[in-house]
Amino acid sequence: MNKRQIKLMQGNEACVEGALAAGIKFYAGYPITPSTEIAELCAEKLPQVGGKFIQMEDEIAGIAATIGGSLTGLKSMTATSGPGFSLKQENIGYAALAEIPCVIVNVQRAGPSTGLPTAPSQGDIMQAKWGTHGDHPVIALSPTSVRETYDLTIKAFNFSEKYRTPVILLLDEIIGHMREKVEIPNSDEIEIIDRLKPSVEDADEYMAYKPKKGELVPPMAAFGEGFNFHVTGLMHDDFGFPTNDANISDQLLRRIMKKIDNNVNDITMYEEEFMEDAEFLVLAYGGTYRSARSAVKKARLLGYKVGLFKALTIWPFPEKRIREISNKIKKILVPEMNLGQYVLEVERVVKNESEVHHLGKVNGEAITPEEILSKIREVL
Amino acid sequence: MVISNTDKELKIIEKWCKGCGICVEFCPKDVLEVLDETIFIRDLENCIKCGFCELRCPDYAIYLEGDSNE
Amino acid sequence: MNTGSQLIKNNFRVEKLPHIWCPGCGHGILMRAVTEAIENLNLDKKKVCIVSGIGCSSRAPGYMDFNTLHTTHGRALAFATGIKLAKPELKVIVITGDGDCTAIGGNHLIHAARRNIDITTIVFNNNIYGMTGGQYSPTTPKNEFGTTAPFGNIDKAFDVCKLADGAGATYVARGTAYHVKQLIKLVEKGINNKGFSLIDAISICPTYYGRKNKKGLAVDMMNYLKDNAVDVKAVKKFQKEILEDKFVIGEFKNTTEPEYTDEYNKILEKVKHLHK
Repeated sequence: MNKRQIKLMQGNEACVEGALAAGIKFYAGYPITPSTEIAELCAEKLPQVGGKFIQMEDEIAGIAATIGGSLTGLKSMTATSGPGFSLKQENIGYAALAEIPCVIVNVQRAGPSTGLPTAPSQGDIMQAKWGTHGDHPVIALSPTSVRETYDLTIKAFNFSEKYRTPVILLLDEIIGHMREKVEIPNSDEIEIIDRLKPSVEDADEYMAYKPKKGELVPPMAAFGEGFNFHVTGLMHDDFGFPTNDANISDQLLRRIMKKIDNNVNDITMYEEEFMEDAEFLVLAYGGTYRSARSAVKKARLLGYKVGLFKALTIWPFPEKRIREISNKIKKILVPEMNLGQYVLEVERVVKNESEVHHLGKVNGEAITPEEILSKIREVL
Repeated sequence: MVISNTDKELKIIEKWCKGCGICVEFCPKDVLEVLDETIFIRDLENCIKCGFCELRCPDYAIYLEGDSNE
Repeated sequence: MNTGSQLIKNNFRVEKLPHIWCPGCGHGILMRAVTEAIENLNLDKKKVCIVSGIGCSSRAPGYMDFNTLHTTHGRALAFATGIKLAKPELKVIVITGDGDCTAIGGNHLIHAARRNIDITTIVFNNNIYGMTGGQYSPTTPKNEFGTTAPFGNIDKAFDVCKLADGAGATYVARGTAYHVKQLIKLVEKGINNKGFSLIDAISICPTYYGRKNKKGLAVDMMNYLKDNAVDVKAVKKFQKEILEDKFVIGEFKNTTEPEYTDEYNKILEKVKHLHK
């Protein structure tokens, strides 16, 4: 295994490098702090790998063009922050129902509204799941370091291709803008997944929305390959043609939900530390995680039996594991840069097995280890 | 595609016709009529195969076609 | 089972016909005209991609046997831009409505035109929001009626052609559901134009626009098009007063400018040398 490359990299840069490693060939977006470096680097690097970049007229057009790029068979991505993420919601729902693989990066900034454009936040967690109207499958990942941004961008592409669905990558301004040393895995160490393609023989009876027997994800042809298929945001039959039929609509929605629900084990990524003797738990994710880890280490030195849980997959929520943990954990603390969003999921799952506490911060500053430590002392 | 073809024949698909009457209005030879909301070829001999009906039928329910292939 | 003319069999998903548009709606005429233009140019059907937004017009691609994409309201041109840039070999045609294209989609229209990306946009312009039941649209003439203009429309209507021309489109024309042969030619020239082409195809909507504004039946509305359209080439012959309540059809603009995907390919070439 030859030596890995070491680089000093910004989070947003690692996102682009990860996308390139995953095989990105198309980016369409719109400038918005704190994500703009992603667009700038894609503009510079994509042409060098035969890929294409376009700056569109707004964020809605950004994701629309991204979906268009994906429909021609290219791995496509767009990046934005809160205000743009809000604008993209309708087309995120479109990509979910029409089952179009693409990656949407949201480098979260303090909201709501224009808010604090250069300040970090984790205020879009629920929006990532419930932002667009109607029930729909959701995968959202959130890295806690520049290296993880690289890895999770690859994962985001892999999941979007594997499950033919949009995947949301939730950074925040801390992760997006901080620089740190990163060990880049060699290409032979990285698993790349490409979308399932239909075989050429069945070109004329190709059904863009009919999975093979026992499967959930239909093969996906590209425009221009001779599979003249139809794609719509209306409920549709196996051919992709619009339908008002109640049964077909019900089956379609339940199938695309099952793509995620039946594969939670594959999609859910988390890490645990200091759990052996843990009676209390700190559950953290994204830019808050490293403060939480520092606080937990200090707390343990002070004799608190505190464990640490890192959620890398935000949606779907790591329900099974958190329920298991709650059996032997008295109290759980969830620090996050919002007024209580992911904590609601913890409460929903844990019910009264464990007491759940929240440490929220919305003034645009990162949560510090000291703040988490004093909260630990206070509640645990 | 200029429709100047004597060997073509006027054809209709009743179940596609929605009785809008546009073909009747613009047929130069008064060949057509709408009978209980569906197109009816009243006077086939007068048809000069100009194709105006096919050009303007919103539902493709009337057209000129060679008897076998085209 | 008789499934229509050769043109229909060759280019439509016949099992999906008859289409959903109302009796006498002009959209079926326009959809056939677009198809005949594609057939006349004998384009490679595998490479034709038809994109639409939301509304009556935008149901068209579902019936047409090509790579077809029915997107979200107003966003057809943004989706189409992604497709065209990602795969320039595709012949991309957008079918959109007056509301879809110039109201919610206005921003994407002016930018697609500004870029002069090789996309042919056909606006099925029936001066009304038909799918949602007859509201007035950005092309509904002033003082006319819609369910949301019960006392007469106070808005000034867009001239879609001038809008596209001003934004940078290199081919601009207007046709109608009555002047079908001309419309087919305009669509052909639009498709052949290597740049952004817009054809404002005046349609008729007897169900809502016609009824709300007492324009009579489909036949009367077609006759209105026949009697009130003036070809741009003939405009000089008419005195100004007569032109007052006429509308002008034909080809308004046919220029050549650098096309967006060609320009982007030049960047790809430039970058290749950087990395020799």
